[in-house]
Amino acid sequence: MIAQGTAPALKYTAQNDAAEAIHVENLHKRFGELHVLKGVSLSARDGEVIAIIGGSGSGKSTLLRCINCLENPTSGIVRVNGEEIRMKADSHGHTVPADRKQIERIRSKLGMVFQNFNLWSHMTLIENVIEVPVHVLGVKRDVAIAEAEKLLARVGLAEKRDVYPAYLSGGQQQRAAIARALAINPRVMLFDEPTSALDPELIGEVLKVIGDLAREGRTMVLVTHEMKFAREVASHVVYLYNGLVEEEGPPEQIFGAPKSERLKQFLRNVG
Amino acid sequence: MARPACYIIGAASTRKSRGHKLSDVLATIFGASSLELLSFQPPNGRGLSLLHGLANSVGIAFGSFGVGLVIGIGGAYGKLYGGPVVRDLLEVYTTVVRAVPELVLILLLYFAGTDLINQLLTALGHAAIDINGVVAGIGVLGVVQGAYSTEVLRGAILGIPQGQIEAARAYGMPPGLLLRRITLPAMLPFAIPGLANLWLIATKDTALLAIVGVNELTQTTRTAAGATKAYFTFFMAAGALYLVLTLVSNVVIGRVERWARRGMPSIAGSH
Repeated sequence: MIAQGTAPALKYTAQNDAAEAIHVENLHKRFGELHVLKGVSLSARDGEVIAIIGGSGSGKSTLLRCINCLENPTSGIVRVNGEEIRMKADSHGHTVPADRKQIERIRSKLGMVFQNFNLWSHMTLIENVIEVPVHVLGVKRDVAIAEAEKLLARVGLAEKRDVYPAYLSGGQQQRAAIARALAINPRVMLFDEPTSALDPELIGEVLKVIGDLAREGRTMVLVTHEMKFAREVASHVVYLYNGLVEEEGPPEQIFGAPKSERLKQFLRNVG
Repeated sequence: MARPACYIIGAASTRKSRGHKLSDVLATIFGASSLELLSFQPPNGRGLSLLHGLANSVGIAFGSFGVGLVIGIGGAYGKLYGGPVVRDLLEVYTTVVRAVPELVLILLLYFAGTDLINQLLTALGHAAIDINGVVAGIGVLGVVQGAYSTEVLRGAILGIPQGQIEAARAYGMPPGLLLRRITLPAMLPFAIPGLANLWLIATKDTALLAIVGVNELTQTTRTAAGATKAYFTFFMAAGALYLVLTLVSNVVIGRVERWARRGMPSIAGSH
């Protein structure tokens, strides 16, 4: 179905009464003349794994980045944990967050994992992982270090705790970046094409970590090109085409019995 | 080729053996017993006053470099993220200061600046004050250093991989924390070569303050040389002291650079 107007497409959650962690409604995003998102709605309840798929330029990364205001949506509603992000117009007529503190509070509950890892290069892995807990969330340093060691062990990097990111492979850096996201005990994890910058032989180790998180009931929104993976871990798949939701539903339906011609074409091309 | 060289060395040693000792040669050049003038024993030895001048020079260089860094951080931030008015004002500042010869700026700022401050004090009903030469020197050179620092730091901030800044924003870091924890340490490796140049220039620019009578190394040297007529001795000694200052600086800069680049593999690939 194509989500248009204000009606959010939430049919698939009818049987699910878990709290809504992320709610996006009729989201528009323009970059100057370019209309990237043309009224997208999305919802993630606790424990759900939402996979966003689509071709390049479909707006899937922009949609993800609007959730934590790394991009400011031009119009529409974004709610995180039931709290709506308040926006205002600046002197140039651009929509910007009305309350910086609110954005910072919301962001510190969303664990973002980037395509290019974006670990802080002047910090060792353990320093990367404790940075936000210690300096943003006010966790005591020794508590944060103990927690970070557990997380690094969990992603298989315990012995790399004092190594700087530049000395690690892409797969190792991405696993460390996932540990950094987990360290803030996020309400929702946001993955922006987490394996797109990796060599093919390194993709598996990262997908395994993300898959484990999905299976233990972490709420996540995942932008990905890995269709097989999306089918395995997602509870709900959203196919974006040209800034609109072209089709969405459970993975069996999206990958098994797609209705839209464009989705069928897309799946043939990537499969 | 080797033979004439041997011959010359041989000739020199022959001459030496005839009684032309090195100390005699030096004594001829420096003027008889002028090396005693460099001793630390007053009233004839002026070594202490030279060292006092050196201490003032180092102090002024340190202070002005520090003032320049603070102006530079603010200036670079303003140029990169400020509004149009801030950007234009900073452009005027960096252009004017870098266009006008430093000697002219020193004369202008020193005399006009102290005059302005005293006029202001008088207007506000306070007594005029005698502004300390070292403090005035730090102020004047700091303004000059700030203009160059602004450009060095602006370039260095642009050198930071943007993803690292974005990651910090995505985790809810407020601007001040982001500057302190991410931007400044991440830009340091790109800024060190330029800042090292600025530091060495600062040490030598202190000599320009001799023109307005600040008691730094060049001024004390001039005074000592003028009083004793041993110009060569004193200016050679001053040159040696500036050289020592630079050599010590290089060692410190090397250490700072290694520390700043701790997360970066060396280009030569020694790791």
